[in-house]
Formats: sequence, C-alpha cells, structure tokens
Amino acid sequence: MQYLLAFLIGGAICAAGQLLIDKTNLTPARILTGYVVIGVVLTGAGLYGPFVSFAGAGATVPILGFGYSLARGVEQAVERSGLLGAFMGGFTATSAGIAAAIIFAVAAALIFRPTRK
Amino acid sequence: MQIGSADYQTLVKRFSKNSRTAKNTLNAFWTGGLICILGQALLDLFDSQKHLTHDEAVAAVTVVLVLLSALATGAGLYKPVAKFAGAGTLIPVTGFANAVVSAGLEFRSEGLVTGLGIKLFTIAGPVIVYGSAASFIYGVILWIIKTLA
Repeated sequence: MQYLLAFLIGGAICAAGQLLIDKTNLTPARILTGYVVIGVVLTGAGLYGPFVSFAGAGATVPILGFGYSLARGVEQAVERSGLLGAFMGGFTATSAGIAAAIIFAVAAALIFRPTRK
Repeated sequence: MQIGSADYQTLVKRFSKNSRTAKNTLNAFWTGGLICILGQALLDLFDSQKHLTHDEAVAAVTVVLVLLSALATGAGLYKPVAKFAGAGTLIPVTGFANAVVSAGLEFRSEGLVTGLGIKLFTIAGPVIVYGSAASFIYGVILWIIKTLA
C-alpha cells in the first residue's frame, strides 16, 4: 500500500512539473528552485509533515522533500539553539544530500568522460 | 462545417501539441513514480536500521539516490532516459544530482579548480541558495514566535 501511494503521489508531483515545462516558459532550473521553496513554505504552514507521513517516499524523494528537510532542520535547530538555529538548521538537515552530490560529482568527473551527443 | 486549410493546419498543430503534452505528462508520471517506489524500498530498508532516526533514514535514501544518479549520469545513461521521462527524472532528487554531476563532467576539461570546482553548481546552485534563504526566513519567524510566546 505504501508503495502504491509512493508511486501515485510521487508520480503526480512529477506530472505537475512536466505540465509546468510544457505549458509555461519556466526553465528546469527555475522549476527545481520553485519546488524547493514551495516545499519550505508548505512545511512551515504545517501541511507537508502530515503529507510525508501519508505518502512516504512519494513526498520525500521529489525535490519538494528537499525543502521539507530544510524546514524541518530549521525547526529542530531553532528549538535547540534559538536564532542561531535559523542559520544552522537547513544545512544540518540537508548536509548528507549536498555532500553526496558534491563528492559523487567530483568522483564521476574524475572517472568518467563527458558523452558527446 | 467548412474549414480552410490554414485553419486545419492550426487545429492539427494545436491537437498534436496537446497530445504531446499528455504523453509527456504520462511519461513523467510513471517514471517519477517508479523512482519514488525505489526510494520507498530504500526508506523501508534504512528505517529498519535501529541506529538511524527516521530523518536520518530519509537522508540516507537521498545519498543512495544521488549515488545512483551520479553513476547513471557518468555512464551516459541519464540523458537519454531524461529525454523520454522529462520531469519524471528532473523532479526527484536524482534530477538535482544529475544537474550537479553533468556540470562536473562538462567543466572538468576547464581545470579542477576553475572548471570543476567553480562550475559544479552552475545549474543546481539556485536550489541551495533560495532553499536555504527560505528556510532561514522560516527559522527567524519561528524564533520570533518562540521568543514572544
């Protein structure tokens, strides 16, 4: 059941992104950026947390989930460290993902050659 | 009803564009959905590890998906799949990873520091910039509420 929900909801979030690509002039970079900011706003509004409990990876794997992690990290850090937490929380919660992107990108650039079309 | 050939051309163009959008959206739906199923399987796996909290399990899923995306990008597999899947491979975190890794591959030839190092976040940078800016604003609001309460 959780797998079906992940498929349907994750798929629907991607389909919405495809509609944005086809129906508007937004570039992929703008869409990714918009999704992350929307993820932060929805989490702050108290909507995304329950959505994650419901949809599981269907809500955390799309880039909206990156915004969710940023906001959740800030919530925990402000609770613990006050105003300093507003600076710390986002990176604390997303550090593994960002570091993975940097490390694997550098490794890939050293191992693989770019493919030419 | 009579329609002229010019009208016919515009009609054909409009309907073929709509059906292309429908097909693209469907492809994005099922490919993105499949990536989320993979994410769910990984999430269940990491959730069953006693030493990880749920938030850490979510982060661990991201790390594995970023690794898989980096391997697929390096092997030249991501681009042809993304051409078909569109937002189905862009919107999941694999799309973010693909943006970083493909910038790394592309700019490696311009040097390790001035190419790879500087330009790694050419496409994905705004995600981190505006994502962390938004989370900071949210943090300040939370802090104000907490201080006043």
